[in-house]
Amino acid sequence: MKLLVCVSKTPDTTTKIALSADAKALDTNGVQYILNPYDEWYALVRALELKEAQGGTVTLINVGPVTNDAIIRKGLAIGADDAVRINAEPTSAMYVAQQIAAFAKDAAYDVIFLGKETIDYNGSEVGAMIAELLDMPFISYASHMDMNGNIATIARDIEGGTEAVEVHAPFVISAAKGLAEQRIPNMKGIMMAKSKPLAVVEPIAVEEATSLVGYELPKPKSAVKLIDPDNMGELVRLLHEEAKVV
Amino acid sequence: MVLVFAESQKGQFKKAAFEAVTYGYKTAQALGTDCAALVLGTVNGTEMLGKYGANRIYHIADSSLDQFDSQVHATVVATAAQQLGAQVVILSHSMNGKAITGRLAVRLNAGSVAGVNSLPVVEGNVLKVKKSVFSGKAIAEFAMNSSVKVLSLTGNSLPPEEVGGAGMVETLAIPVPASRTTVKDVKRIEGTVPLPEAELVVSAGRGMKGPENWAIVEELADVLGATTACSRPVADAHWRPHHEHVGQTGIAIRPNLYIAIGISGAIQHLAGVNNSRTIVVINKDPEAPFFKAADYGVVGDLFEVIPKLTEAFREFKAQS
Repeated sequence: MKLLVCVSKTPDTTTKIALSADAKALDTNGVQYILNPYDEWYALVRALELKEAQGGTVTLINVGPVTNDAIIRKGLAIGADDAVRINAEPTSAMYVAQQIAAFAKDAAYDVIFLGKETIDYNGSEVGAMIAELLDMPFISYASHMDMNGNIATIARDIEGGTEAVEVHAPFVISAAKGLAEQRIPNMKGIMMAKSKPLAVVEPIAVEEATSLVGYELPKPKSAVKLIDPDNMGELVRLLHEEAKVV
Repeated sequence: MVLVFAESQKGQFKKAAFEAVTYGYKTAQALGTDCAALVLGTVNGTEMLGKYGANRIYHIADSSLDQFDSQVHATVVATAAQQLGAQVVILSHSMNGKAITGRLAVRLNAGSVAGVNSLPVVEGNVLKVKKSVFSGKAIAEFAMNSSVKVLSLTGNSLPPEEVGGAGMVETLAIPVPASRTTVKDVKRIEGTVPLPEAELVVSAGRGMKGPENWAIVEELADVLGATTACSRPVADAHWRPHHEHVGQTGIAIRPNLYIAIGISGAIQHLAGVNNSRTIVVINKDPEAPFFKAADYGVVGDLFEVIPKLTEAFREFKAQS
């Protein structure tokens, strides 16, 4: 099987967010960047499991600048065979999807994996866009996947439950918790990753209709109001009269 | 025209559909145009969308649309948007909505923003919208300048408002393409409001000491009419089912009230709940980081506090 895994770079969840002076960008000083957990823990690992069971190749693709190579190498250390970096700043979901679709268009991948969303913008758009650009089915929020030949049975998360869907390859799948178990790269993997191919491809031109205007920080939360544990009637009163939520 | 895809489940509209129509009505007002709703598949009471501001309700009652396929649904919504000349298409940022927003942007050659949480600002042909980013640690503003724009609305961002009367329902004849996916089975937990849609949530963590102690949490949720949730360690230890796990790797929620019991408040947990309108934290450790994100806090032994809180809610319910 020929498998493609799309990976993103995101700030670590624990990163403190600060803005540039004009609030048009993040202040990236001290920001720790990681592979998007849904891409790394679930999408990539499920692809590797499929390869281990049925043979094939797992290729990583990322849209980003040269500084992304370190996190791409981490994906190679976990077990991907090779990687492609589209050499451009990922300015919008459409931009990223267009780059990946252009690369994958004539490459005959059986399954294109990605995480259900990135943990920074949570838009969940890129997978659906790639599927549309390549005229493929798209199964989102997959928490389980069995593959038999080229037929996949996938459990997809829906509100308050799951839906079992059958689909023939090729298709695009977005990974939620449960699809696989996170793998920690070992020393052998890290050493091997250094010599695995990482191709750099120049981007195609994309007309963009969505642009980032800027950021603001949320209003600071007022200090917590502590309630006497022996006076829960007071808490209920505040939730009713002050917060107006019950 | 602003076109709202009003989502349904098993023939009934979801609350998210009323929120989306309210949002669409207000967006249409800002643009000086009409708001219409689009309904797919077998759905009862389509005219009720008029109450929330849809002048017209277009219904494609083809029962093959009762099964969700992102490709089929996106194709039908996009064709309807084109036929009707929609300038803005609004969806719910729900599981199904998320699977088609990106497809619609491609099909309609549209700018798109997924997961907006406030009304748009109109500046000529440009629409500006905001959404919460970086786990609630910042708000980002985006501008769309295409002739058609696609937006999805985060649930519980604005309450549905009744503004109009019955809407005019028209059937719309749009061919439904064949699906390349087959839905084999649907499993839903019956009897409770699903977590992504719940307005009241009672959530508990490791402080509960073991799954055998959950009865007091369930009783509180029951009295309050709330949905139960849990933290990651609790789900990972199989004390509670995985679908209850809220947080970064579980599901992100934004209820009106989130009561966190015996949860320390790790940043990965907060990432999934810090957009809740009101947060109550109950923990015996006054240094628990969750208190910094809370509106109301109770420092105390949860095994004593929870029954008292349940009793207080019971008295409140009896009086109101």
